[in-house]
Amino acid sequence: MVAKSESNKKRTKKVRIPRTSMPEQDPGARKKNFEEVATGYTQEDALLEASRCIQCKNPTCISGCPVEIDIKSFIKLITEKKFEEALEKIREKNTLPAVCGRVCPQEDQCEKECILGIRYEPVAIGRLERYVADRELKRLADQGKECAYSEVTRKCTKEKVAIVGSGPAGLTCAAELSKKGYRVTIFEALHKAGGVLVYGIPEFRLPKDIVQKEIDYLKSMDVNISVNAVIGKTLTVEDLINDGFKAIFIATGAGLPHFMGIPGENLNGVYSANEYLTRSNLMKAYKFPECDTPIIRGKNVAVVGGGNVAMDSARTALRLGADHVYLIYRRGEAEMPARNEEIKHAREEGIDFKLLNNPVEIMGRDGWVDKIRLIKMKLGEPDQSGRRRPVPVSGSEYDIDVDVVIMAIGQGPNPLLTSRIKGLKLNSRGYIDADPETGKTSLKGVFAGGDIVTGAATVILAMGAGRKAAKHIDQYIRTGKW
Amino acid sequence: MFKIISKEELAPGITRFDVEAMLVARKARPGQFVIIRIREGGERIPLTIAAYDREKGIISLVSLRVGKSTALLAGLRQGDNILDLVGPLGNPSEIKNFGRVICVGGGAGIAPVLPIAGALKDAGNHVISIIGSKTEGMLILEDEMRSVSDEFYICTDDGSLGYKGFVSGLLEEYLEKNLSDVKRNKTNVDRCIAIGPAVMMASVAKVTEKYGLKTIVSLNSIMVDGTGMCGACRVEVGGKTKFVCVDGPEFDGHQVNFDLLMSRQRIYCKQEDTCYDLYKEECRHKK
Ligand SMILES: Cc1cc2nc3c(=O)[nH]c(=O)nc-3n(C[C@H](O)[C@H](O)[C@H](O)COP(=O)(O)OP(=O)(O)OC[C@H]3O[C@@H](n4cnc5c(N)ncnc54)[C@H](O)[C@@H]3O)c2cc1C
Ligand code: SF4
Ligand code: FES
Repeated sequence: MVAKSESNKKRTKKVRIPRTSMPEQDPGARKKNFEEVATGYTQEDALLEASRCIQCKNPTCISGCPVEIDIKSFIKLITEKKFEEALEKIREKNTLPAVCGRVCPQEDQCEKECILGIRYEPVAIGRLERYVADRELKRLADQGKECAYSEVTRKCTKEKVAIVGSGPAGLTCAAELSKKGYRVTIFEALHKAGGVLVYGIPEFRLPKDIVQKEIDYLKSMDVNISVNAVIGKTLTVEDLINDGFKAIFIATGAGLPHFMGIPGENLNGVYSANEYLTRSNLMKAYKFPECDTPIIRGKNVAVVGGGNVAMDSARTALRLGADHVYLIYRRGEAEMPARNEEIKHAREEGIDFKLLNNPVEIMGRDGWVDKIRLIKMKLGEPDQSGRRRPVPVSGSEYDIDVDVVIMAIGQGPNPLLTSRIKGLKLNSRGYIDADPETGKTSLKGVFAGGDIVTGAATVILAMGAGRKAAKHIDQYIRTGKW
Repeated sequence: MFKIISKEELAPGITRFDVEAMLVARKARPGQFVIIRIREGGERIPLTIAAYDREKGIISLVSLRVGKSTALLAGLRQGDNILDLVGPLGNPSEIKNFGRVICVGGGAGIAPVLPIAGALKDAGNHVISIIGSKTEGMLILEDEMRSVSDEFYICTDDGSLGYKGFVSGLLEEYLEKNLSDVKRNKTNVDRCIAIGPAVMMASVAKVTEKYGLKTIVSLNSIMVDGTGMCGACRVEVGGKTKFVCVDGPEFDGHQVNFDLLMSRQRIYCKQEDTCYDLYKEECRHKK
């Protein structure tokens, strides 16, 4: 009894430690640069935060993580200062910890389930994950290693597997299969691997050299990455089969930009978020004219949408020198699909949220955008998704002056490949019909996962799909059973 | 890396490159294009495949120097490498025996017309070619075009060679002379393919519309990925938004909103000029 009340006391003390805040660049300064906003925990921060974890007997956080990282154990290892082992613990389930620690919506996943969250604030699991991953990257860099993990080079000898798309789903599937000894080739349409991690998510949220290091790690595991290869054009799925690939994993993402279908969308100065972010991130247009790809630096920019993509576009516009950035969203803040942290950061940086507003027309002069016409909305009855449906308030239209408009209202499946594979079953929205547990499609030997199956989702869900598919690709190749 | 096997200046500012690109050469068909990135930090620019050799794994690209990227490309030598090259992108031209087909090529646009004219000829068409340039010295691929044509016409803006005037002018005269049904203004030509600067394609489409002559144009919009991912290449065809890289590049010329195309082509005019000027300055310093 005595012992128990002792430990109870200790617990109470622990949980009373406030959640360790994340050091960040000052909003005034950061909105003018592309450097990372959150600068990362120090060792003291990490130790303090890890000490808040009460090491539950039945850790609920783990069930909140889509790939079930052994969170409890890795945090324990941090408190023991066994940082490398902590990272290994995470790596058992997650091959991209430095990425996930930064971009996972932890507040809806592991941290949402953390028991401390009921009365206090949850343990900052994501920040700890990032800390151990970054610490290792730094350690290797200090040793002067170009590629973080170049020492683990090895040779794979088993059957060949083709992976189409190098986003998180493809990268994870490749890593898992390579660990099992398969000869993996990733085919990527763009000139650089990484999917949304390189072309979509901006530098200030996910530095590109971190993504590059994760990709170098894969290469050191004998994964072959073939860029500039559009499957369906450069090579077909039949070509891959004839080439001796025993299984194919399709992870082409949800890259087709949606427009609203309102007048004026083709005016100069109107972008899809995909184009805007690709120019800025992948093509480095923010460094123009040092880099050759141009981008329009608007003074007054309107971004339409309420998800992460919209936040990223708005904050990019600000960093490209806009005086005023409007974020136009047809529902309220509570309904916004973006991560809380992104909404908070956007607000701090001075993005002007125009909630319950919707564009009806974009107006131009001499071919260039000069105004956007908005209509006010109110929330009506809940729709199928349970969210209250926004309805326009008639007669409430008004115009604002803008010179750039960015449409970030969602993406769909790109039919470029899927329409060229005979017998591949798609669902009514054009996504691939694949078993969520195994990744199996309607075609023997063809697996699929990530956004091309689920629709635009998250990095970690795409990774989870890649991981599951790897397991079943292995099973299929070993047994020949479908 | 994609090696330049040979390089030839076809006319001042217009260069032809033969590039090693095995996979692209194996799949390429007339009408398709590639996207290249010359070096780290470079832009992605689309170029039509002017010819391909499946056995040797070589494709030919023809580029007109207009800005920094094309100037960088023009500066590459035989044996140099292009950093990235992806394709073949876009839909191939529709090739079948239409009967009598007019192929119109203007300026650097003659290069992409050539493989299409060749394929149409092979498919049994009577090929009538009209090619044009500003002046005699700027005319490219004359012999190659002649060799795939049953009838062959040249025009130059200044009259230094052939007909004096625009291709659209010569085309109109040709159609006028070849009316099969004078009352209904119908010609004995079955199809027209026109590739060149947007203004040229617009005026060709305007002429052929009068004769109800189906006209295919190949649109050269600004692109980034070339796979339908960004929408940079969007144009309006028949009142609907289309992506040139995946829905085209060829469209019915009578349905295309050329004003919009031309306006969108000018989006980055200012930036491109700045970039090109800086580059020229840099080159001068190096010298
Ligand atoms: C701007 C933005 C911000 C986001 N922010 C977050 C965030 O903070 N947190 C989060 O969890 N999620 C976020 N997401 C969502 C997340 O990035 C995606 O859910 C995830 O990347 C999906 O992974 P994927 O592997 O399925 O596809 P993708 O990452 O889309 O990768 C697909 C790859 O396949 C390639 N490809 C496509 N077609 C072909 C073909 N025919 N041949 C060869 N290659 C092809 C593409 O070029 C691309 O590289 C964001 C998305 C965007 C766009
Ligand atoms: S991967 Fe994402 S959900 Fe899982 S523990 Fe890490 S931050 Fe939480
Ligand atoms: S170039 Fe990006 S969609 Fe056509």
